[in-house]
Formats: sequence, C-alpha cells, structure tokens
Amino acid sequence: MKILDKEARRRTIGGRYLVVMIGGSVLAGCVQIDTPDKPIEINLNINIRQEVVYRIDGDVKKRIEQNSEIF
Amino acid sequence: MMMDMKHWKPAGWTMAALAITATVAVAVPSAMAQRDPAYTAARAAGQIGEQSDGYLGFATTPTPAIRALVQDLNIKRKATYTEGAQSTGTTVEQYAFTSGCNLIAKTAQGEKYQTPGGAWKTRDGSPPERDARCP
Repeated sequence: MKILDKEARRRTIGGRYLVVMIGGSVLAGCVQIDTPDKPIEINLNINIRQEVVYRIDGDVKKRIEQNSEIF
Repeated sequence: MMMDMKHWKPAGWTMAALAITATVAVAVPSAMAQRDPAYTAARAAGQIGEQSDGYLGFATTPTPAIRALVQDLNIKRKATYTEGAQSTGTTVEQYAFTSGCNLIAKTAQGEKYQTPGGAWKTRDGSPPERDARCP
C-alpha cells in the first residue's frame, strides 16, 4: 500500500511506535521469566554414547564388585 | 577296601570344600582390611568424592597423604577400566564413565559426588544428580 500523504505517513509511523510501546509495556507487566535453578550445561564430551553405557553396565557392575578394594 | 574308598571320597571332597570356604573367609576380610582408615575417614568427611568420570577427586584441598592415596587408587581404577574396556570392546573413557554412573549411585549419605555440571554435591536421601546418559 502506498502512502501518498506525508501527514498520513507520520501518523502511521507514530501509530507503529505506539503499538510497540504498548506491546512492550504489556509484556513487561505480564511475562515473568524465571531464572533457571541449575546452571546451563553444555556437555562437550560427545565420546560417551548411551547405547554403549547400557551395553557395558552389567560388566561394569561385576568388575566394581570384584575389585571392591579400589572402589 | 572298596568301603574304605567310598568313605574316603566324600571326606576328600568335604576337606576340599572346607579349604575353599576357609580361603574365601580369609580372603574377604583381608580385602576389606586393605581399606586405609585414612581413606574411609576422608571419604566420610567429604574431602574425597566420586567424580562423574569414574575417578576419585578432591572436594577440598587434601593432605599430601590423602592425595597420594587417591592417586594410587585412581591408577588402579584406570587399570581395571582398561581391562574392562578391552573385554567389552569399548574405550577406557567410556568404561570409566559408566563406572562413574554406578559409583555415584552407590555413594552413601554424607559422601561427596560430582554433578554433571562439575560441582561437588553432598549425597542426601534423594537420588544423586547424574549424567543423562547414565543407565
């Protein structure tokens, strides 16, 4: 849509700001952002694979029992 | 003569069984007795804790004696993990990590363990905070 009148354009821009301001104040008033309880973790240790963990878990348990003097 | 043999055989087996039982009975307490009281005390006091990587770590600055003790245990653990990794066809790191999952789960109340984020936490009545990949 083409705005021919300068006055009309100004009004439109003003209107947009008004909407943004009202929207902003409404958001600030209503939205509560909870800070997370725990720190955000980024695990870079990608060499551990869950399927392997599950596969070897039985062997691990047995070995821990057999070598209880170091665990 | 035949009768004698029949009487002897069970007696022989009984002796062998007794000998094995005696060996086990002797071996088990001696393995437990190997536990250094200093280690047990440091662990109970929360100076030593279980890391998520399967090794022991220090929650507080240790004495040189405790440090040496933990280093020795960690070397032995690594040897065990290496054996386990070889027999299961995985990596030492993977095997150690899975052990860490189990060892953290086994910690008693009051003992320290490392959370996936790396912080030391004291074990309470609730389940420990473990890595999502732990079984």
